[in-house]
Amino acid sequence: MNYVAGIDIGSTQAKGIMLDEQGTITGKAIIDMETNMATAAEVVFQQLLASTGLSATSIAFTVATGYGRYRVTFGDLQVTEISCHARGALAAFPNTRTVLDIGGQDTKAIRIGDSGEVTDFAMNDKCAAGTGRFLGAASFALEMPISAIGPLAMKATHPVRITTTCTVFAETEIIGHLAKGHREEDVLMGMHHSIATRCASLVRRVGLVPEITFTGGVSRNPAMVALLQEVLGVPLNVSDQAQFMGAIGAGLYALDNLRAGRRSAHCGEEVAR
Amino acid sequence: MIRSAGIDIGSTYTKAVMLDVNRKVIATAIRRSGYKPAVAAAQVFDDLLANAGVSQEQVTYVATTGYGRYMVPFRHAQITELTCHALAISSHFPRVRTILDIGGQDIKAIRIDERGRVRAFRLNDKCAAGTGAFLEKTARYLGLTTADIGPYALRSDKPVEVSSVCAVFAESEVINHLSTGVAPENIIEGAIVALAGRAVQLMKRVGLEAEFALAGGMTHNAAMIDALAKRLGVPLNLPPQGLGQLNGAYGAALLGLRRAERLLADGRAIPAPGSETATPTTLFAPRRWSTYTSIEAALS
Repeated sequence: MNYVAGIDIGSTQAKGIMLDEQGTITGKAIIDMETNMATAAEVVFQQLLASTGLSATSIAFTVATGYGRYRVTFGDLQVTEISCHARGALAAFPNTRTVLDIGGQDTKAIRIGDSGEVTDFAMNDKCAAGTGRFLGAASFALEMPISAIGPLAMKATHPVRITTTCTVFAETEIIGHLAKGHREEDVLMGMHHSIATRCASLVRRVGLVPEITFTGGVSRNPAMVALLQEVLGVPLNVSDQAQFMGAIGAGLYALDNLRAGRRSAHCGEEVAR
Repeated sequence: MIRSAGIDIGSTYTKAVMLDVNRKVIATAIRRSGYKPAVAAAQVFDDLLANAGVSQEQVTYVATTGYGRYMVPFRHAQITELTCHALAISSHFPRVRTILDIGGQDIKAIRIDERGRVRAFRLNDKCAAGTGAFLEKTARYLGLTTADIGPYALRSDKPVEVSSVCAVFAESEVINHLSTGVAPENIIEGAIVALAGRAVQLMKRVGLEAEFALAGGMTHNAAMIDALAKRLGVPLNLPPQGLGQLNGAYGAALLGLRRAERLLADGRAIPAPGSETATPTTLFAPRRWSTYTSIEAALS
């Protein structure tokens, strides 16, 4: 039995997915990013192997994606995260025509054509406003885990308007609002609202065509999902694997290569640790 | 005996200067603004009084400036920081026409005339790239304090390019450089060169007329001064020793002194502190100049 791997090296987390020859997910792994992207790639790969009990020799093809894809030393092919997110989203929701991916440091809106090809995309490449990092600033300022941010924001009754654009200055603004006596949930809801508005305008730049699939780590945040649905006026597809969409897409590209008869140059050798 | 105090409540530091009638500095004080600028302002004023060895009643006039200038109840007047910087620099260097002030959370380029009046200005407070926060963050990623930045950067032999337009994205860039073995001094020098480039861009938008002067906390940073001089092709004028970071407060004190002298020359009494200062309804608007610059302009 042959297996393929998709490795997604993002700015904040590294994700790995293993697929069998039928395209079924047989293993997954996720770690927080560390300083050295090459090391992070190896760690996530080893965890992926450990989760399935396979050895590196059974991996016939590996596709790397994400911001650090060229640092995956054992990768056989690099594919952009735009293509991989589109591919992953289509696999989960075949009627997807728009993908919104909110990651730790970037946000992308991707337009998908009728035959499943990427026809356009827009991303924030100049500024971290409207990315997961904005929530990271909130989590830092409030000293609470990022997973607690969304559920708490849902309790807001009088959302505060966040006026700063810059993620760095937002941290100061949050603390200022709290010092003035605003409740944490109301400030948090304001942060979510700021991101949702920015992301919605990014989506409009590629055209809002349903169905929309929401991918990336931020899609696990219930407040974000609810707000985006409200701002965009359409329901969003959210998979429980949303964080792995890029890695799944990479895995599917790897599977294409395997089926086309290509095999890893590394296949049959151990990855250097 | 006339004494004038200027208090500059900035986003990061609150600074104060006291002048005597001969425009001589009697005392100075400085503290971090923290989250309650009004408290910081009161504390800095207490420090200033203690350092000068005088009581509040012995201070003729109190002028405030900076983004927290409306938060000081015992002031006689509030003045925009643009006017204060312009007046202070002009008093030291009458030939200066372009002032650069790099603050903790904003950056200003001010064009002034031969009498020290503000003729034009450009400001970025929308985006941390291009402000002191960019350098502070970069230093933090490298495990350096803000005081380390200058000395460290001066050791640089081969600065790397720091191209990120965003202070958040710069973090990834710094991490990349570190993981490929670039020395911290070359990274921090790269960040300084990037910041200097953005600052000169902003100066160009007010005309870039010589001579130039630098105000604010960056006057402590020898590497930044070098990088700016290299970009401009000529050296910048720097306020006298110790007054660089206090430039806004010094300008406020100077203007306060002038007003007090005019009132007394006219035979009028100095009003009680707080009696003639209106508090605008937008008291707590976090950033008062935001309407002057767009994010696109800030990034261009």
